[in-house]
Amino acid sequence: MALGDWIKQAFHKSGSPKWFFMASRRWMVGLYAVGIVLILTGSIWGLGFVPAERYQGDSFRILFIHVPAAFLAQTLYVAIAAAGLVFLVWRMKMADMLIEAVAPLGMAITAAALATGILWGMPTWGAGWVWDARTVSTLVLLLLFFGLLALRQAIARPERAAQAVALLAVVGVVNIPVIKYSVEWFATLHQPASLEIGETPTIAAVYLWPLGVNTLGYYCLAAGAAIAALRAKIIERESATEWVRTWLHGVSQR
Amino acid sequence: MNPQAQVACRQADGSTMLAQLRRDLLLTVRARSEAANPLVFFVLGVLLLSLGVARGDSGGGAIWVLALFANILAADGMFQRDADDGTLEQLLIHRRALFTPIFGKLAAHWLLVGLPIAVLGPFAASVLQGSFANVETLLASLLLGTPTLACIGAIGAALTVGTGRSGLLLAILVMPLYVPVLIFGVGASAVAASGAASFPLLMLAALLVAAITAAPFAIGKALAISQEY
Repeated sequence: MALGDWIKQAFHKSGSPKWFFMASRRWMVGLYAVGIVLILTGSIWGLGFVPAERYQGDSFRILFIHVPAAFLAQTLYVAIAAAGLVFLVWRMKMADMLIEAVAPLGMAITAAALATGILWGMPTWGAGWVWDARTVSTLVLLLLFFGLLALRQAIARPERAAQAVALLAVVGVVNIPVIKYSVEWFATLHQPASLEIGETPTIAAVYLWPLGVNTLGYYCLAAGAAIAALRAKIIERESATEWVRTWLHGVSQR
Repeated sequence: MNPQAQVACRQADGSTMLAQLRRDLLLTVRARSEAANPLVFFVLGVLLLSLGVARGDSGGGAIWVLALFANILAADGMFQRDADDGTLEQLLIHRRALFTPIFGKLAAHWLLVGLPIAVLGPFAASVLQGSFANVETLLASLLLGTPTLACIGAIGAALTVGTGRSGLLLAILVMPLYVPVLIFGVGASAVAASGAASFPLLMLAALLVAAITAAPFAIGKALAISQEY
């Protein structure tokens, strides 16, 4: 019961831009710090100390960047879709700000996943770009992020644009299972998932640990970056309110 | 609601759907050239591909991609005329009955674009492949897939209805959502060459059921957003 109340309260509080802005600075700094430490640890460990893979040699090491980026790209889209649903149901303006703030971040991470995939594909598959189901559906994810940005640009009235973008985000979530199962439904070049929640990983433990550390680091860093983008969006959207003016005044005094 | 009222409502729903279907078909018949554009595009695309690209077993994929583009072309402006002359607003006033006219609109759209493409599909395949191999699978996959394309295209059209002429925007929004249909449609013709194509066809059928069930709500919501209801 107490937990339920706490969640409800947190939900209501996070709907207030002012409360979120005031509270989130510490979270942002903390997430950035933890993320940077984890990524440095995981990357140095993975790039420098883990033995080379038997068939791929050293080129496999891009795994430690490619896999977290691909995970993160999908997670960010799901987060945006969830925010879209929240916005359509409860009309929380924070949810809309979250969509607008996270969409460029998601686009960048998806582009990073694609770019590292191309770099990895060149030595191992012998071709950078392959028209393979998972590659294409990740490209489609990039287009979905782009569609969210383009639709917002196209609609002149902000409230209407916000609702249309939220609806598109919710509808677009159908692509996530397609990415997830594309390697199982089709005989593709891309290898099937080695990590499944609740299943024994089919990846050697020496590689699993740095990968896990890096993935966690990526998530922390992305959460920090998302909060930073959201804070900037709050200042932009709420610039007419009294508390933002006071805060800006305080910053300029310092 | 008492049983009689329920029956009356159901009849009213049925007649609004039929009325919408009849209206859209009639409007199309009276503006034939506009309605023929997507089909002409499809036929021209097939002919050009048969000239420009070497014939081979990629016929199914080419047909699916063309069907997809023809659908985007047809979806553009699907609601524009209704928005311009105020019909859309009248529809939205009756929020309870929104589902059925949208369903009628989708049916009309499919009859005018999806069905002809599905029927033309086997002929297009014979032009592209030079043979009539796996016609049943291609026809079945097109019949199952084109209504889903119509539903998805309508969502995009409803989202962009107030934004002026925005064909490119519509394409960007809709293309990612078309990908599952495309994958299974092409998969059906690819697998058909080696025997059973039941899995892609079943997935197409599942997508169709999901689209018909969920899309009218998304379309209704998008239209309501566009008209600020």
